[in-house]
Amino acid sequence: MSVKLSTRQVGDVSVVDVAGRITLGEGSSALRDALRDMVGKGHKMILLNLGDVSYIDSSGIGELVSGFTTVTNQGGQLKLLNLTKRVKDLLQITKLYTVFDVHDDEAGAVRSFATKTP
Amino acid sequence: MGKNSRGHTETVERFLDSTLESVDHAEELALQEAEKAGVPEDDLHKIAMAVRESMVNAVVHGNRYNAHKKVHLSLSKSPKEFVVRITDQGDGFDYENLPNPLAQENLLRHSGRGIFLIKAFMDDFQVRRLEPAGTEVTLVKHLVPK
Repeated sequence: MSVKLSTRQVGDVSVVDVAGRITLGEGSSALRDALRDMVGKGHKMILLNLGDVSYIDSSGIGELVSGFTTVTNQGGQLKLLNLTKRVKDLLQITKLYTVFDVHDDEAGAVRSFATKTP
Repeated sequence: MGKNSRGHTETVERFLDSTLESVDHAEELALQEAEKAGVPEDDLHKIAMAVRESMVNAVVHGNRYNAHKKVHLSLSKSPKEFVVRITDQGDGFDYENLPNPLAQENLLRHSGRGIFLIKAFMDDFQVRRLEPAGTEVTLVKHLVPK
């Protein structure tokens, strides 16, 4: 399995449930396309749920970073939810853990958008 | 493809096409051979990822998906270490002067983390330019005797 993405709306926040592998090729391009599509449709509060992501490579990390900068440049916010230990470790050694706003609890993550967005 | 034993060292080799399918195949094979070599669970994922990143470099940046160029994968296991050699037939790139992905100005770059991750996950990483073309990278994970 490569990657599977599904989107749902929780209030004003678009939650993207990601499962599988975010690696160079199908996985990373699917994530890129999904984020571009959402930004194109005006979604500005995006929560990426990575709880079922089994594997991410440097290309996948690159897509997370690109998604973050794309959404931020549009005046929005992209946050991460439910990192597995492996993904968390990767973000820590690449010093990206502090760049992203990372949450372990979906309700709290959704509320955090409301407190920072007028 | 081949498998041979020299003393206590056993080597598995493959000549792979310059495709992303080869990247997946190399990663799976490395994982299998590392498991057979007795690599600890915590290190298996690190080796798999280092092999993936090295294969991507060989296929994408080295051979540039050229159907006429192959990637040579060699996996050697001995009681002391697990050694991966990946050789492409491309023009190579400057491994010595890659931007530091941890520098503040590079943190939000889309790419440039592959070599950093390989070095972080393996005990040793060597690069050798070949003549007239090609690059050979060697990844080593030391094994602790049980």
